[in-house]
Amino acid sequence: MSVKHALLALLDQGPRHGYGLKHEFEARLGQSWPLNVGQVYSTLARLERDGLVAPEPEGDEDTERRAFRITGAGRSALAEWLSAPVPREALSRDELLVKVVAALEAGAEPAVRVIRAQRTATLELLQRHTRSKAEAARRGDLPRLLTIDLLIAQAEAEVAWLDRCEARVAAGASDPGGEVRR
Amino acid sequence: MTAVLELDQVARVYGDGRTAVQALDGVSLRVAPGELVAVMGPSGSGKSTLLNLAGGLDRPTTGRVVVDGTELGRLDRRRLAALRRRRVGYVFQDLNLLPGLTAVENVALPGELDGVGTRQARAEALAALDQVGLADRAGAFPDQLSGGERQRVAIARAVVGQRVLLLADEPTGALDSLAGEAVLELLRARCEAGIAGVLVTHEARYAAIADRVVFLADGRVVDQTTVAGGVV
Repeated sequence: MSVKHALLALLDQGPRHGYGLKHEFEARLGQSWPLNVGQVYSTLARLERDGLVAPEPEGDEDTERRAFRITGAGRSALAEWLSAPVPREALSRDELLVKVVAALEAGAEPAVRVIRAQRTATLELLQRHTRSKAEAARRGDLPRLLTIDLLIAQAEAEVAWLDRCEARVAAGASDPGGEVRR
Repeated sequence: MTAVLELDQVARVYGDGRTAVQALDGVSLRVAPGELVAVMGPSGSGKSTLLNLAGGLDRPTTGRVVVDGTELGRLDRRRLAALRRRRVGYVFQDLNLLPGLTAVENVALPGELDGVGTRQARAEALAALDQVGLADRAGAFPDQLSGGERQRVAIARAVVGQRVLLLADEPTGALDSLAGEAVLELLRARCEAGIAGVLVTHEARYAAIADRVVFLADGRVVDQTTVAGGVV
């Protein structure tokens, strides 16, 4: 996961202690990605082992009390990570897909029921995200806004897919010559 | 609370005999003051028909449409037109602002056509432009405004004066997503101020701004979200 790169990005702004890193990470992404402090210390230990961060010279021996700074190698690793697109694997083991296909075994109507129920639930989720977004906008909380925009985009994509599913299932059902392929 | 808009078992059939098309089939819907309801559904599901019936632009084959306590079916042509002009506002995808009139003149026009004095119509128009954050652009012509600003003028025109019902058909049109969002937030704010709103859209993201989302398929309401509570 990319916690280590997120920490590098924070350290790129100046030396920090583990607890400060946890706090700053959570101030940006914590609502969707809570981080425990132990995870921060173990990540820092790995980053130090790989030479991407170094303890501040006048620091304590104890990891928990030391401040770290980013190294040249750390900056390169950060730049490389930022410039590389995130790989997206084909997502074919989605539970909703399995559910729609399973309902289709019993016919078009049960499948349409599943599709519509899911669409309503996803729209309700989208409504809640939209409220959260208005709140984040009032607070001027940009990282939170970006997080909610991502959740909204995912929910929107699901609704669009469900619309397409319904149209396809309906087309399959109303075409007497054609059989719904499974 | 008394609904501003009430559709009671409304059906609309176009044509007759073998070529009859059932555009709406027993739709019931209530929209209260301050409430914004989004209507979604595939093309041909009856969204536009619903909006036309709600605004008195078309009459149902069976069923009742009540706006602001008045059953539209009981009104003659002249009274229906008056109710439409005074109580109902429309926002369409195509802005329909008159290019030769300034923003404030566009917004004042319905009032002036309705016999409200020029001075009062202008004062109401300025108040409506202020509500959409465009008081300082009142003297601009449509081609001097951005797409988002033009749509805000259209919203001001739709809520000016004593309007109680706002009907919007894909009001975000060709706006980019941030401008579209801003227009929708504004629409919602005008509804929260006490107007009842119906928003037809095919975009889930925009529908989610509404208090309730109603799904139409083949002229029927097939599902609707319950009022969203809390935040995620």
